[in-house]
Amino acid sequence: MSFLDLKNVTKIYPNGTKAVHETSLSIDEGEFMVFVGPSGCGKSTLLRMVAGLEDITEGDINLDGKLMNEVDPSERDVAMVFQNYALYPHMNVYNNLAYGLKNRGIDKETIEQKVNDAAKLLQISDYLQRKPSMLSGGQRQRVAMGRAIVRNPKIFLFDEPLSNLDAKLRIQMRLEIKKLQQKVGVTSIFVTHDQVEAMTLADRLAVINNGIIEQLGTPIEIYDNPKSLFVAGFIGSPQMNFLDGNLKNKTLSAESFKIKDIISDFEGDVTLGIRPEHLSQKENGLINLKVDLVEQLGSDNLVYGQLKDKKDFCYRCPGNLIIEKGSNLSLNIENNKYYIFDKSTGKRVN
Amino acid sequence: MTRFITSSFSHLILLIGILIMVIPVWMIFASSTHTSSMINMNGLQMFLGDSFYENYLRVLLYKGGFFKEITALKMFFNSFIMATGVAILSVITSLMAAYALVYYRIKYATLLFWIIFITILVPLELRIFPTYSVMAELNLVNSYFGLIVPISASAIATLFFRQFYKTIPDELLESAKLDGANTWRFFVDFLIPLSKTMIVAMLIFMFVFGYNQYLWPLLVTTSEQYWTVVMGLKMMSGSIVHRFAFVMMSMVPPILIIIVLQKHFIKGVFQDK
Repeated sequence: MSFLDLKNVTKIYPNGTKAVHETSLSIDEGEFMVFVGPSGCGKSTLLRMVAGLEDITEGDINLDGKLMNEVDPSERDVAMVFQNYALYPHMNVYNNLAYGLKNRGIDKETIEQKVNDAAKLLQISDYLQRKPSMLSGGQRQRVAMGRAIVRNPKIFLFDEPLSNLDAKLRIQMRLEIKKLQQKVGVTSIFVTHDQVEAMTLADRLAVINNGIIEQLGTPIEIYDNPKSLFVAGFIGSPQMNFLDGNLKNKTLSAESFKIKDIISDFEGDVTLGIRPEHLSQKENGLINLKVDLVEQLGSDNLVYGQLKDKKDFCYRCPGNLIIEKGSNLSLNIENNKYYIFDKSTGKRVN
Repeated sequence: MTRFITSSFSHLILLIGILIMVIPVWMIFASSTHTSSMINMNGLQMFLGDSFYENYLRVLLYKGGFFKEITALKMFFNSFIMATGVAILSVITSLMAAYALVYYRIKYATLLFWIIFITILVPLELRIFPTYSVMAELNLVNSYFGLIVPISASAIATLFFRQFYKTIPDELLESAKLDGANTWRFFVDFLIPLSKTMIVAMLIFMFVFGYNQYLWPLLVTTSEQYWTVVMGLKMMSGSIVHRFAFVMMSMVPPILIIIVLQKHFIKGVFQDK
């Protein structure tokens, strides 16, 4: 049995809404798991069930070999970092960190030792006497993490902790969280709707949609090999291009081009997915793109335009290529990196 | 220039208002420092006389009432006990009632709250007979307990605390839970310190409310030993200057409370976080 085991965990709210469908998931000790999905997909609910803040309607949660379903949150030995940090406004930073330890009846010297160690690790030693209202966003974030670390819990739970920070700080804190987790080695679950955060932080990633885990795997697995239309569209930035098509006798026809010898026995309407970065310019290529707009990011250019049937399309090319607005590009798919999904079910078929 | 005129005009109105309120009080104070023969002959005085100590000391220590059993000093003591008791008890009950209403999973909590709230429409004077009969059954007539308890459930204070608790984000409770705080610890370690300014404001409010009670103490006490200051205003016999002196002294406790704690009062009632 792994460290954290979810078995057919289901959440149905009193009003009948099914927020989480029968979900099973195993997380190993020390692993950094990220739940990613759009808002309202049930990822936070799942996290809160692990924390004990939401009742489990059906199924079992086992942590470190113990059934957690009926265990009170205070007894679960989990620590959580909230989106708005939920620091205790009337206590200074020191007491914010020490409060959980005090409640566990730990003696004063040990508490002081632990708080000071955590503060040093997070570089907040200078602010220990300040109230949370006197700290900046980044500092509050650190205090919130300190409060989790200091207790030395079995598992860290992060509920979109970076979404209140500005873009620059978010990237910085993202790095710090990852470094810290590697240093402390505590099993962690991180919930986010930001796919970049998810990709960069995760050891393993669970893409959740409508209360169902659509795909579970390492970030690269999921990026390279999305199993459904939803996952393909959600992971990757800019988003994957989707074209309507038809698959018959191993030949795909879409737009004004055909691809032969596709490894699939599926026949019928399909959606063809191509990542913007898997394209390259080539004379007499498959796809003709009329350029509307070029976003120059420095390292890359994002080229937006339309295909023949007015379908929006994006192409990502190196930043040193100069592409004029209004020009026509001829593009090819690199190394046959395309994805075909059943149009009706969204399942991958190639 | 026009700004100067409008602001002086509004100041003038305020000053007139202040004078209308202050002058009668000042006249009573000034008159209470004269001898009673002086007042009887010349009417109310605008300027201080020289019998201040004499009059006030006599009022404080004079044994009044029908049975000559009670002094003003004892009345102040009674009023203090009553007002403090009402203040502390009503703050404790409304803190806890609000806590239960907001944080416990009570069915119909909102309905219950509104039932509590409409008791504002039923003042003590309306329920005075049943209340008295309960106190009599319990043998609490002529006791401090009987003076304090029936007026110690405050719907207004419950309202204030409830509204305040509702602004506290749920994450704080959840975070405290994960830190091992049970319901009691959350109340003591979080809600009480967070509502400190509001507690002070409600203490002042309820102190003055308790101090100002007239009809209830009049009914529930038959022994002069339990007379309060406000009752004494009516019951005190004696010459006009002594009554004036007593009136002046009766104003002191609430004014003192307000002066000392007004900063907390304003912060608590008009709380911006």
